[in-house]
Amino acid sequence: MPANLNLLCACGLLLLAGCATEPWVKPYERANLANPIMSFNRNPVSASYLHHVYDSREGARGAGIATGGGCGCN
Amino acid sequence: MPPDTVSLRLPGLLLLLLVACQAGAAVLPEERADLLYHRYDGGGVEVDGPSVLVRKNLGSSVSVGVNYYVDNVTSASIDVVTTASKYTEKRTERSLFVDYLREKTTMSLGYTYSDESDFEAGTASIGISQDMFGDLTTVSMGFAYGDNTIEKNGDDSFKKHADVRSYRLGVSQILTRNLVMSATYESIIDDGYLNNPYRSVRYRDSDTSLGYAFQPEVYPDTRNSSAFAVRGIYYLEQLGSAVNAGVRFYEDNWGIDATTYELGYTFPYEENWIFEATLRFHQQSEADFYSDLFPYKDAQNYLARDKELSDFTSTAVGVGASYEFGRSWSLIDRGSLNIQYDWIYFDYNNFRDIEDGGAVGEEPEYSFDAYVTRIFASFWF
Repeated sequence: MPANLNLLCACGLLLLAGCATEPWVKPYERANLANPIMSFNRNPVSASYLHHVYDSREGARGAGIATGGGCGCN
Repeated sequence: MPPDTVSLRLPGLLLLLLVACQAGAAVLPEERADLLYHRYDGGGVEVDGPSVLVRKNLGSSVSVGVNYYVDNVTSASIDVVTTASKYTEKRTERSLFVDYLREKTTMSLGYTYSDESDFEAGTASIGISQDMFGDLTTVSMGFAYGDNTIEKNGDDSFKKHADVRSYRLGVSQILTRNLVMSATYESIIDDGYLNNPYRSVRYRDSDTSLGYAFQPEVYPDTRNSSAFAVRGIYYLEQLGSAVNAGVRFYEDNWGIDATTYELGYTFPYEENWIFEATLRFHQQSEADFYSDLFPYKDAQNYLARDKELSDFTSTAVGVGASYEFGRSWSLIDRGSLNIQYDWIYFDYNNFRDIEDGGAVGEEPEYSFDAYVTRIFASFWF
């Protein structure tokens, strides 16, 4: 999957570029970002449950927004 | 991609991010309580139960959270009905989280204990996150250790162990006044008994009337996996709504490669409503030691016919609605009532429905629909 690796590296470099620059979004410009609909995890309990569903039914795991124990997967 | 390419390169890349970025206003998790009822119905499996989460601050720098979660499982899945009998069981999970905020750094500790009749899991986690660059960048890392004990109902002498170690690194970056992106890498290392003690593999056996027979599956006792995800949320100013997208790449040393795509749209309606719609697509290859039908008994060292380790796709469509209330109430700042519903279609490319008949090895490929419901109330105080 070399294309995937290239994409990953590109995303990493994009973030790295962000670190190397002066802050450009001032605090008074962050009203939209503060809106609750802009959260990666607006409903943590619900999201955690859905991740548990996928972790139990699929072979891939990790890099999600929640973790849990146990199986319940038969 | 060679198996270890992601494992070797991405941690280096993200560690570089850690070094390159300087320290910069972290906040504690929201003080909130959530009461949720969940239900899963699909493929002969029904799971439902409650989940309760409470998060409360102690002073200005410490947050404590507890979560109580229950799965009530009734299973007559295809794995169960072909080799065993329908069963019911209950899984209970309790978690405790503590977060400590010092300037722009948040340190987290957590412990989760999960218990069911034949599976006991204790997981401890530690994490740290740092806000930087006037809070434009947040870098986080974490480690979790899980100790699992696996038993087998009906066999008191059966008791196995497995350890799980998880290493996680993440960066969240505000790119514009309307766009936030995050990148997360997680490596998970399993060591110990990784089988499901009830599951079997199928092999050809001309001596039986069916033409096949079963033997217990055999898994390797280690599994190393790597997952990398990139997600973004963009605020649509003209519409006052948000669109989010994400992709996750996964691989492990069992030979499974997977890619998962997520897309979501969230939009407020009038003053109190928020609606959302989500799409998710997942595709994965099968494990090296997976087969729907082995040519004979003990055909190889490792044997699996777990459909979760097979080649398949899953497609999910979800909708949700939230109604917010009580902004002026004295006991709580606000609350919300929520319902979310997802339909998931699992389509297997090398797992056959042997209940459906047909020549051995030529039975129809299996697929099923699952319906996932969450109904919950949230309160902020």
